[in-house]
Amino acid sequence: MQMSVKLGLEKTTPREPAGPINAETPVKPPSASVPEPAVTAPLRMQVRNLNFYYGKTHALHNVSLDVATNRVTALIGPSGCGKSTLLRTLNRMHETVRHARLEGEILLDGEDILAQDVTRLRRRVGMVFQKPNPFPKSIFENVAYGLRINGLAANQRGKLGEAVEQSLRRAALWDEVKDQLHKSAYELSGGQQQRLCIARALAVDPEVLLLDEPCSALDPISTAKVEELLFHLKQNCTLVIVTHNMQQAARVSDSTAFMLIGDLIEFSPTPQMFTTPKDARTEAYITGRFG
Amino acid sequence: MATAPTTVEHAGLTWGPRALLRRLSSGDEIARLVTLVFALTTVLITVMIVEQLWVLSAESRRAFGFHFFVSQVWDPVFNQFGALPFIYGTLVTSALGMLIAVPLGLGAAIFLAELAPRRISDTLTFLIDLLAAVPSVIYGLLGVFILVPLMRTEIQPALKHTLGFLPLFQGPAYGIGFLTAGLVLAIMIVPFIISVSREVLLAVPREQREASLALGATRWEATWKAVVPYARTGIMGSIFLALARALGETMAVTMVVGNNPRISASLLGPGYSIASVLANEFSEATGTLYVSALVELGLVLFLLTFVINGLARLLILVTTQRGSGVAQG
Amino acid sequence: MNLRMAWRKTVNAVMLALTGLCALVAVSALFFILGYLVYHGGKDVSWDFFTKLPKPVGESGGGMANAIVGSGKLLLVAALIGVPIGLLGGIYLAEFGGKTVPFVVRYTADMLNGVPSIVIGVFAYGVAVLPVHHFSALAGGFALGIMMIPIILRSTEEFLNGVPRAMREGAMALGASKWKMISSVVLPAASSAIITAILLALARVAGETAPLLFTAFGNRFWSPGFGQPTASLPVMIFTYAVGPYDDWHRQAWAAGLVLLGLVLVINILVRTVLSRGVSAQRS
Repeated sequence: MQMSVKLGLEKTTPREPAGPINAETPVKPPSASVPEPAVTAPLRMQVRNLNFYYGKTHALHNVSLDVATNRVTALIGPSGCGKSTLLRTLNRMHETVRHARLEGEILLDGEDILAQDVTRLRRRVGMVFQKPNPFPKSIFENVAYGLRINGLAANQRGKLGEAVEQSLRRAALWDEVKDQLHKSAYELSGGQQQRLCIARALAVDPEVLLLDEPCSALDPISTAKVEELLFHLKQNCTLVIVTHNMQQAARVSDSTAFMLIGDLIEFSPTPQMFTTPKDARTEAYITGRFG
Repeated sequence: MATAPTTVEHAGLTWGPRALLRRLSSGDEIARLVTLVFALTTVLITVMIVEQLWVLSAESRRAFGFHFFVSQVWDPVFNQFGALPFIYGTLVTSALGMLIAVPLGLGAAIFLAELAPRRISDTLTFLIDLLAAVPSVIYGLLGVFILVPLMRTEIQPALKHTLGFLPLFQGPAYGIGFLTAGLVLAIMIVPFIISVSREVLLAVPREQREASLALGATRWEATWKAVVPYARTGIMGSIFLALARALGETMAVTMVVGNNPRISASLLGPGYSIASVLANEFSEATGTLYVSALVELGLVLFLLTFVINGLARLLILVTTQRGSGVAQG
Repeated sequence: MNLRMAWRKTVNAVMLALTGLCALVAVSALFFILGYLVYHGGKDVSWDFFTKLPKPVGESGGGMANAIVGSGKLLLVAALIGVPIGLLGGIYLAEFGGKTVPFVVRYTADMLNGVPSIVIGVFAYGVAVLPVHHFSALAGGFALGIMMIPIILRSTEEFLNGVPRAMREGAMALGASKWKMISSVVLPAASSAIITAILLALARVAGETAPLLFTAFGNRFWSPGFGQPTASLPVMIFTYAVGPYDDWHRQAWAAGLVLLGLVLVINILVRTVLSRGVSAQRS
């Protein structure tokens, strides 16, 4: 696609075009298809020997991880294991906290993200947060925000409108809000707000989307809608999701990483992780003996 | 047949070099510098105030030295200036004001914070906040036209009749004077004491109240014996803050104090405060020594309120830190 | 035991009544003030009051048109000085500051807040009147503006700090630079609260008299531009109230009613209407 030229970014792996989203046909969960080992797919991001410190606390111990292109990678583990911490290093959000320190390498398409301009990085690696956090603006302005701050000319409003519509369609929210784009985002339900935040993140066309427990504040129906969304999104976008909910990880992801008190215990293709885990601690967590 | 998009093609929008330019990190730096400059302007202005006060009062300080603070003479004609009557007047009127306002204000604050039902408390607090917004000159207006005649015809004669054996209540009853000024000050600072004390009381952790009630105390006992002592330091702070306000209060006092630079034991007599003499005489002062003496008075007032405000803030800081659970030694 | 219990309950009831009485006495002052102002000043708040100039000393009649306009001009200058310094300074404290600079700025702002208004008037005299040897609206507005700074500064800082972290992170995660995040998300979110603070600060300085006595001074006629002494509502009230003429006294009441009306209306509006907007956004 012409995407890479327009964005002015060099991409080593071109994205694959995919079919249209049809809201009526249910999409089958990945367990029905042939499992692909994550390690043999091309890698969008790589984490190498990551050590992370909050002040004196050593929060992540020598973590290494591969994030495969256009796949869903899940991070699971009990509270305090460091999965959110790890996620937030991937777009350098840890830098908003004082005394947070990082050692090791994090690569995006082979380039060290720590050496890049952080605001450019965050356009390529987007984030959806645990609690929906729309801005106190209209639905339209929320989605348009990323586009505006990244320097789109104001007189291209018609094109802006098209871009907003496309993002909302990708987030499966367009039909519900198309007649009320100028209403405040706070008038939407929790699930709709979260999909709005997803649309907002998608508007800048990120290569990677990080999701930090995106469904934990949502009701089951909204959760199901968001999970369905992720299946479609991964066709064009690499997804990394942190989740407390093991069943969700099993439903949604291609590879899963299990973490425990700052260590990456096991990282395997999802079907394998949940049927024949290699480590005893993984098995204990998955079978519910703790966490 | 609509094809839902799978990527956002930006419909022809470009990122472009202009975009990158706009987001150069120097944009953040500029913002930081600009806001820093404005923040520092505050410091600059405060420093300049001290500097101006010091410089403009130099002539008077050189001429009178320490004598300024003990002399009672205020004679523009012969260029002899002494601060004592004004310091006396400022302190006496403020003390009077505090004497009346503190019990009244504390009582009201306790009522609003602890004893009153929520809705009554909210309404009354709202009204008291409005009262705090009434300009000083309006109090002066009411002071001159309502309070002074009342004092002259009813209250002061009554005081003389009953307590006239005390030197405090002797002498002719003009209606104006220390007592009237003290009363007006009291009315003015009551809302202030109420709102600050109320906040201090509300900040007391509920466990203190609840522990007391759980032991079978009445509401009043829980308030007076547990909550108020806990908030004691903060309440002291609010009292100091109110005192600082009273010391600097100008218009209302000027309109009722009598504007006579004498020191008298009687509260019924006319007096003068630092703020009042500045208000009355500054614009007409001729001669640099006159102006300089007035500025020196202003410097005294500034230092006085600065020290008391500083103490007040220290006390309130101590209370709020206690409230947040800092360990006590 | 029963007697002691009865005693304690009595004390409880008495103190409830006593403290309630204190609160009632305090609040009643507001109604007394309003009552007297309406009673004495109501009849003189006429069309003449708002449109005519003061008559020569000793003659009755006339109005306070120049004082009303003068107050407006003073508030304009005050806002032009107080708002930028307070707002931008507050932004620095909340968004950029480290440890020492914000501490010093906050400390001096609190100090400035505690300076008696008459002393600020002396300062403004030294800086804005003495060098040019005449009184002016600018000098008066300057004094009032200085008084506004600490209020707006601390309020801005407080309201900006109240904007939830999640909102800031949302903006940063989209690639917003720090200033972009502040200007496009944080400031708009805190805007109605900050506007509240600015309006309250304006209402506060609108009633200030002392600092104007030797900066803007006074004027029985129209004051052209900003470089001349100007009449203002609070100073007129003072001058007329302590003056010898009954007609002046009546006008002082009327002016007092107008001034208090203005101040109270702004306060009530701000505390009811705008605050609802602020709290609705936070929930």
